Amino acid sequence: MEIVIALAIGVLTGSGVWLLLRPRTFQVIMGLALLSYAVNLFIFSMGRLGLALGKEPILQAGLPTDLVHYADPMPQALTLTAIVIGFAMTALFLVVILASRGMSGTDHVDGQEPPTP
Amino acid sequence: MTALNALTALTEALMPHLMLAPILLPLLAAALMLLLREERQRLKLALNLGACLLGLLVSITLLFWADRPDATPDVYLAGNWRAPYGIALVLDRLSALMLVLTSTVALATALFAAARWHRAGVHFHPLFQLQVMGLCGAFLTADLFNLFVFFEIMLAASYGLLLHGSGRARVQAGLHFIAINLAASSLFLIGASMLYGITGTLNMADLGPRIAQLAEADRGLLHAAAGILATAFLIKAAIWPLNFWLVPAYSAATAPVGALFAIMTKVGIYAILRLWMLLFGEDAGESAQFGSLWLVGGGMVTMAFGALGMLGSQRLGHLAGFAAIFSSGTLLAAAGFGQPMLTAGLLYYLPSSTLAVCALFLLTDLIDRWRNDGANFAPYEEKDDAPFLNAQLVPAEGLNLDADEEILTGQVIPAAVAFLGLAFMVCTLVISGLPPLSGFVGKFAMLTALLNPLGLGASSGLQPGPAGWMLMALLIGTGLLGLIALTRAGIRHFWTTHDRPAPQLRVLEGLPVAVLLLACAALTVQAGPAMRYAQSTADALHDPSAYVAAVMSAEPLPGPQTPASLPMESP
Repeated sequence: MEIVIALAIGVLTGSGVWLLLRPRTFQVIMGLALLSYAVNLFIFSMGRLGLALGKEPILQAGLPTDLVHYADPMPQALTLTAIVIGFAMTALFLVVILASRGMSGTDHVDGQEPPTP
Repeated sequence: MTALNALTALTEALMPHLMLAPILLPLLAAALMLLLREERQRLKLALNLGACLLGLLVSITLLFWADRPDATPDVYLAGNWRAPYGIALVLDRLSALMLVLTSTVALATALFAAARWHRAGVHFHPLFQLQVMGLCGAFLTADLFNLFVFFEIMLAASYGLLLHGSGRARVQAGLHFIAINLAASSLFLIGASMLYGITGTLNMADLGPRIAQLAEADRGLLHAAAGILATAFLIKAAIWPLNFWLVPAYSAATAPVGALFAIMTKVGIYAILRLWMLLFGEDAGESAQFGSLWLVGGGMVTMAFGALGMLGSQRLGHLAGFAAIFSSGTLLAAAGFGQPMLTAGLLYYLPSSTLAVCALFLLTDLIDRWRNDGANFAPYEEKDDAPFLNAQLVPAEGLNLDADEEILTGQVIPAAVAFLGLAFMVCTLVISGLPPLSGFVGKFAMLTALLNPLGLGASSGLQPGPAGWMLMALLIGTGLLGLIALTRAGIRHFWTTHDRPAPQLRVLEGLPVAVLLLACAALTVQAGPAMRYAQSTADALHDPSAYVAAVMSAEPLPGPQTPASLPMESP
């Protein structure tokens, strides 16, 4: 399972960074979205005692309350906050991108097409 | 004296709840303003100014409270959980200093905006207050993830403020600014969650002791986490080569927003100072002073970059942006040495350079408007060309000042021009670090600390080392470059003005500039107490045991039905 998660994070980050460095605004926002997915998965896997595979997320009667028997709740809380903030920021960025497109008439990140050689 | 005693008694009664005021006050003001319709501009303005003024008063009260003789850091347990579990807010000398600086800058820029800029778009005032809230929260929190949240509040508001007034240049600069900050936020999250994975805590005070006991196998991971986290802060602090977004964004923003942003780079510096000293202090074993060379080297390159950029700028807005980078670089380089005396020097230099850069942004707007006769930008300003020189580098016809001396001598200087010129001179003196103003005192303190790391008389035989000599050379050399750049700009804007009408200056525009520069002057006059305060702050930063003890031993308030003891196990 670790290798699957690690590969998923790696692929998402790699594609995200590549898209982030592209010259079109749509590619940039997709890149940022992929990057934030990767970050959310990464936070999730950073709980104490590694990935909580097959562990209870909610308190059960009779089970000792420690991290050997339960998933670490902290990364879940962090991921939730990060998702909310990332979502809002992406929406805001989308508005700015649309404004830029409307004002400059191009979807290049610099607001003008590069000179063709 | 009785008034002071009464104030101390009042503060004592209100603490620790008063330390929430710098966060709650702007939040409340912003929420109230959002309820008002856009036509109620005057009421919103009054609310904004009132909140800023009240915030400044509270911050100054907190500063004096934090500086009382036997002061220990004040801790507020939000949610009433014992320290490593809940979020803790901490007020110590460094936080109080940054709070006062923030509210001073906020009040000045809000006043300046009241003259005209606040009408350039909608929702200026609520966004402004939310930005102040994010800044104050970042300075007060002692929880790494909470720091992230306050960073995002500050950034979300700053995106809106940067776009205030709209226009193609602002949208374009905003696009780059938002993209780089979103990427930096991702780095922040990666770094923070890695630190949690390694140490099992996000409480900044708890992190330090845990790092000291870290298993050897985890040390590489810790350094990677710290490096990633530091990169996020260094982007905010505008270190070279992560600062190419700053000059276009800050100079495209409306003047009060650019001036308010002068403090945003200082948030990065603050976070680095705070976390670096807590995590990698003397007790951190093998990790002690981790990354010091990167800070020193990066800071020095940033200083050189900022100074050369100032020299190469024709537009005043760019000049002010590079001045912000220059100040940031100086602070980072000095912080990287990790010497208490040097840190004290930089803590003195920090407010004075921030205030001066902020004033320079405001002045830029006034001078540009005067020169371009009301227009935002004259045609030549679009390109970064020298406006008064033609290709042959000779003055154009009619600009020769020496030819007609009779007219020049005894000319009456309009009061507004005199004010602008004087203010520009003061900015020049502070930013380039010339006597007699506070910029010089700060640089002198840093130079002295480099030569005498243990204080005058106690450090005979100690050499500053190659990095120390280099920083000394850079402090003096870049000061000279900055001086040349600012003097040239001053000559161009104030001495070649023969056929222009006097600027239309409103009191509301002159007052904030005067306030900011008078604050610099006050820092100079009161240099003794200010340096003593900076030294106590630096000592506390370098020996964070009091900070750690205060946070970890803070007792939650007993609630009415709290069970005697909750079973709690360490994660």
